[in-house]
Amino acid sequence: MSDERDGDGTVPETNDGQRFDRLPTTEAERTVEGRATREEVVTLFADRFGIPPETFDDYTFWEKGAGKIWIYAGDASTPLEIEAIGMTCLRTRQEHWKPTTDFVQRFGQHATECVIELEREQARRFATGEDQELEWDGDWGYLIAAHEVGVGSEGRSSRDGESEARSASNSSSGRSPREEAVEREALEPLGVGLYVHGELRSMVPKGRQRDLES
Amino acid sequence: MEVLDRYESIVDDFAAFTAACERPLPSAVRVNTIKTTVERARAALDAEDITYDPVDWYPGLLKFPDDQPGTNWPYFHGWIYGQEEVSAVPAEVLDPEPGERVWDACAAPGSKTSQLAALMDDDGVVVATDSNLGRLSALRSNAERLGVTNVAVTHEDARNHSLKPFDNAEYDRALVDVPCSCEGTIRKNPDALDDWEYDHVKGISGVQKGVLRRAVQATKEGGTVVYSTCTFAPEENEAVVQHALETESCRVVDFDLGLEHSPGLTEWDGEAFDSSLANAARIYPHQNDTGGFFVAKLEVTAE
Repeated sequence: MSDERDGDGTVPETNDGQRFDRLPTTEAERTVEGRATREEVVTLFADRFGIPPETFDDYTFWEKGAGKIWIYAGDASTPLEIEAIGMTCLRTRQEHWKPTTDFVQRFGQHATECVIELEREQARRFATGEDQELEWDGDWGYLIAAHEVGVGSEGRSSRDGESEARSASNSSSGRSPREEAVEREALEPLGVGLYVHGELRSMVPKGRQRDLES
Repeated sequence: MEVLDRYESIVDDFAAFTAACERPLPSAVRVNTIKTTVERARAALDAEDITYDPVDWYPGLLKFPDDQPGTNWPYFHGWIYGQEEVSAVPAEVLDPEPGERVWDACAAPGSKTSQLAALMDDDGVVVATDSNLGRLSALRSNAERLGVTNVAVTHEDARNHSLKPFDNAEYDRALVDVPCSCEGTIRKNPDALDDWEYDHVKGISGVQKGVLRRAVQATKEGGTVVYSTCTFAPEENEAVVQHALETESCRVVDFDLGLEHSPGLTEWDGEAFDSSLANAARIYPHQNDTGGFFVAKLEVTAE
């Protein structure tokens, strides 16, 4: 018994995988060990991807299942025993927290960092779930893969011979391709890739992978 | 097809009706305005040389005159969702606003749930209920692909829907798009009528009545409930609404609909219905080259 109790005699709470619990705002409010806080989640999106924290002002974050975080456009009483609330957005309780494909497609357009722009053929391979060798001079780890939609079957074919992906920071034109694309509202997030050892590994889940004509 | 002969007395131009029922259904998509704009989605389809025809009554509903297109980038990005034209009617009639509380009583696989969320700009809440876990799983993956964040999914029999998880908050609007005998889907599923039995129609109407009653009970006074089916059988349509009028506090109201349609019936098989049921809409396949549909709009009144 005694090893299940905190110093003040209360039983520490554990994560209950059958229900939704709203994330504590900060560490000071945390009552379940290992549970991410809202502050940590919003900070991760801001620090890693440059997504402004105020993007999430009207959203609440929830945990159901160990480490699976859900984002909901509103508020509700916690705990909540229903099937689903909002959408899954992040996998925590592991060394590197991983955003979901669908979260990145929904909110990734707010990102300014760790966005790797893919040519059409690279995007096609990414969507099928393939790993591919690519140059990237930014941080390793989870990246948002994005491409231009609505530019015809050749993609950006006008840039012949330029097969490597361009990062948001290595453009010599003063304005990065991403900035130009954002201005045209053409760059669209595909999903999450894991960049390690010169290779971009597609994290698109099997059920979301598609064979697209390039 | 003989099953449909029982409707000869209520359908104008019955020959055109049966001829339409034998033609395959044109496929269509709805642009998901949570993730993109109608203009961007159309530009992306143009870029892939996919031909489409916009419909004039619903912005972003696009019909494909040729075969259904294969996998394409707008689909991968959750910009478009395959949804038959007439299936977009009930959410449009319900007309939810951003910030409202809305119940989708028979929600899976989520076409109308995600449409409601889009009409609300993904703001407010859509409580999506279904009794079938497998179909709820399809609803969840569809809603996530479309980027819906204002949905709360419950697994229960809609007839016993509980407001407890939501602090007993009543709804501003409810959509009751019930399971039915699906006669109106004959163009999409040519075997839809193979197992048709009158007993099944009568049996399922009991479930439909229970769900509609629960929706009226769970909606605020002055709120809106839309009842719809994809079938022609009056036992599953006007008779179900009539039952709600007799047992709950509500009335049938008129609405505008940009599709050709016929009025709801006020009489069927010796049974008379309230005259207000003429405000309901029957959509027959030959009228707009769609599937068949029934939709009625109710206002919840003081007890």
